[in-house]
Amino acid sequence: MDPMEAIKQTYFQECDELLLAMEEGLIAIEAGEADGETINAVFRAVHSIKGGGGAFGFEALVAFAHIFETVLDHLRSGKLSPSGAVIKVLLRAGDVLSDHVGAARDRRALGDEHDADIKAELAALSGEEAGSDEAAPADFEGLDFTPTCIVVDEPAAQSGWKIVFRPHAALYAKANEPYLLVRELAQLGPTAVEADLTALPALDAIEPDQAYFSWTVTLTSDVAREKVEEVFDFVVGDCDLTIEPLSPAPVAVPVTAAEEFPSIAAGPVQPQEKKDAPAAHDAAKQTIRVDLDKVDRLVNLVGELVITQAMLSQRVLECRIPRASSIGDGLSELEHLLRELQESVMAIRTQPVKSVFQRMPRLVRELAAQTNKKVRLVVEGEATEVDKTVIERLGEPLTHMIRNAVDHGLETPEERAAAGKPEEGTVTLSAEHRGGRIVIEVSDDGRGIDRPRVREKAVERGLVSPAAQLSDDEVDNLIFMPGFSTASQVSNISGRGVGMDVVRRNIVDLGGRISIGSDPKQGSKFSLTLPLTLAVLDGMVVAVGDQTFVLPLAHIVESLKPRKQDVRAFGREGNLLNVRGAYVPLVDTAELLGARRAANQDGGVVILVESQGTGRLALMVDAILGQHQVVIKSFEGNYRHIDGIAAATILGDGRVALILDVDGLVASCRNRLATAETLATGT
Amino acid sequence: MGKIILTVDDSKTMRDMLKLALSADGHIVIQADDGVNGVEALRHAGDVDVIITDINMPRMDGFGFIDQVRRDPGRRATPILVLTTETEPAKKQRARDAGATGWIVKPFDPAKLLAAVRRVSP
Repeated sequence: MDPMEAIKQTYFQECDELLLAMEEGLIAIEAGEADGETINAVFRAVHSIKGGGGAFGFEALVAFAHIFETVLDHLRSGKLSPSGAVIKVLLRAGDVLSDHVGAARDRRALGDEHDADIKAELAALSGEEAGSDEAAPADFEGLDFTPTCIVVDEPAAQSGWKIVFRPHAALYAKANEPYLLVRELAQLGPTAVEADLTALPALDAIEPDQAYFSWTVTLTSDVAREKVEEVFDFVVGDCDLTIEPLSPAPVAVPVTAAEEFPSIAAGPVQPQEKKDAPAAHDAAKQTIRVDLDKVDRLVNLVGELVITQAMLSQRVLECRIPRASSIGDGLSELEHLLRELQESVMAIRTQPVKSVFQRMPRLVRELAAQTNKKVRLVVEGEATEVDKTVIERLGEPLTHMIRNAVDHGLETPEERAAAGKPEEGTVTLSAEHRGGRIVIEVSDDGRGIDRPRVREKAVERGLVSPAAQLSDDEVDNLIFMPGFSTASQVSNISGRGVGMDVVRRNIVDLGGRISIGSDPKQGSKFSLTLPLTLAVLDGMVVAVGDQTFVLPLAHIVESLKPRKQDVRAFGREGNLLNVRGAYVPLVDTAELLGARRAANQDGGVVILVESQGTGRLALMVDAILGQHQVVIKSFEGNYRHIDGIAAATILGDGRVALILDVDGLVASCRNRLATAETLATGT
Repeated sequence: MGKIILTVDDSKTMRDMLKLALSADGHIVIQADDGVNGVEALRHAGDVDVIITDINMPRMDGFGFIDQVRRDPGRRATPILVLTTETEPAKKQRARDAGATGWIVKPFDPAKLLAAVRRVSP
């Protein structure tokens, strides 16, 4: 994600919390339970919303928040008393601010009429005219220098500036550095710098915190006076500064600062009492932000703990201590608690899918308008929780599937009426937990998949042979094949040049699977099955030589015992395996990864793995040891990337096993057997 | 040369934006979410080349924070930039009186932010 986009997401998330805090504060003020900090907190909330909004250019929001903030500032300084009527206005203003935030989030404009009334009421409270909020006071307050007005005939005719700069001690006290300013001047053009040391007293009379030097800088450049002034922006008032043009001197006319620039009254007095724990009585939902690294560390530690516990149990068993003994009881209690701990820790990383789902209604509305279809979106199971990383990467595939459902799945209102269906089509988006995984379904009640057409297209594109016998299910799943969807047949809505194969790759990258079910004329249903977290992985544990490896289950198509006649030599070093008529490159995993071969040579098992986009590969292993959920331990950070290895894990018996990177393995083997691709895809 | 910069702001949005802009120029960014944690961060941080702080913060605001920093003799020469908005000139002056070196007007332009850092730190 674009970093600014990510910050924008953070901003909206923060806005939600701030709006809640604001409302709570206002209600507390209304109930008379407020102290200075409550009003401060409300002010800060609106101020922060305004600040972030300004950064993203949400002008309407900023303009409104500004008026709102002004009133709160008056409230804070005691200029305005928090009467019931005032709080009512503020609460409504809070709602409107929330509308502004919502509008900004949905990238839509809020009509002027939406906040005109409340703006006027707020302006009345702050004693200002509505609309005059733009006039920000100039930055000339409290400065002890005399602004000079220069009458300039022709700016371009000037050849430079003579700058006399005499810092006061206060300049140094604020950690400003004259030489940095001189350096900055030098960037505006060629400079000649002359230091005046005459004020420097005898060594024993020097006070270290006093200022004795001054400089005269001759800047030969036709930069505007403002540019030169800008350099001294931070030190104005802490130095004597004169800036004069070098050549034909226009007359400098001093103006009286006091009359032209009335100084601003001192800012509102901050309430002095500060509460260290304002959260103590806070009943509302509170969140804390925790560095993801910290959570991951916790997840890791708990993972280690579980493994240690398993090893301990093993040792105890080996010592022939009966399960029913007090030690056995303690161990099973420990195991139980650890499991609970692990689940709780995993739950920290989870978030409701709502954050992704809530973007979809707007998408559907837009699509309906673009396609002239009537669409109703039904959303179910928004509260289902899943790992944050999974959520972050779910948006794109879901968007694509919804587009697909509205654009390709649903018929036009006329077609629907003709088919005896209600004119309004329904797209359902649902999420639920099922067997330790999350299942997300996107279904529509549209026309279903046109199987003859899909088949025809797949044949046309050379994805299946014309003679292939395919079940309905297999035909439906052809739409996920790379190269099925191409720009020419993709409309501008579903299109953007991505096909369902990209959606599938995104899902597989997340360790998930996608499938489609369809009834002609009744609609289609896409099902995504995803792991709840990316920190654990469903893996098949296999033995290769004297090593143990884990293959991600999501990549495994099937496992089989090959017959001798199914293996064919191909080229100098490759073998191909005939899997029901399709040739797949066959690789000896032990040889590939350099594992020592076991004495027992015969009776290997072949595991057929599939990498999205690059195709299939048959991996020869010695034995399948079982299927386990393993905790992923990243290599990078501890070691370095190794081709063909995705990560490591610790098995229940404490042994380290490497998790194979199927995508990488397939790609590298495909390179070696460059010509195998045509064979493998020819059914 | 990349500098070590402490940013103190209660808004994560603002902290993230500062970090994005500053790290793009090779600076190392330390973050704190209010004055109290800012002081705490400085206690652990050792060398910090520049401090950028917000004014409106819970627990300890920017003025209090600047005051605390300047009380430490070792931090008297550490440049402090305050984040202000156009509409609070009085606060800018108050921050200067407390010992702020300069200021950055929110919403900030990344180029201006980096220029301000350059102006106060070698």
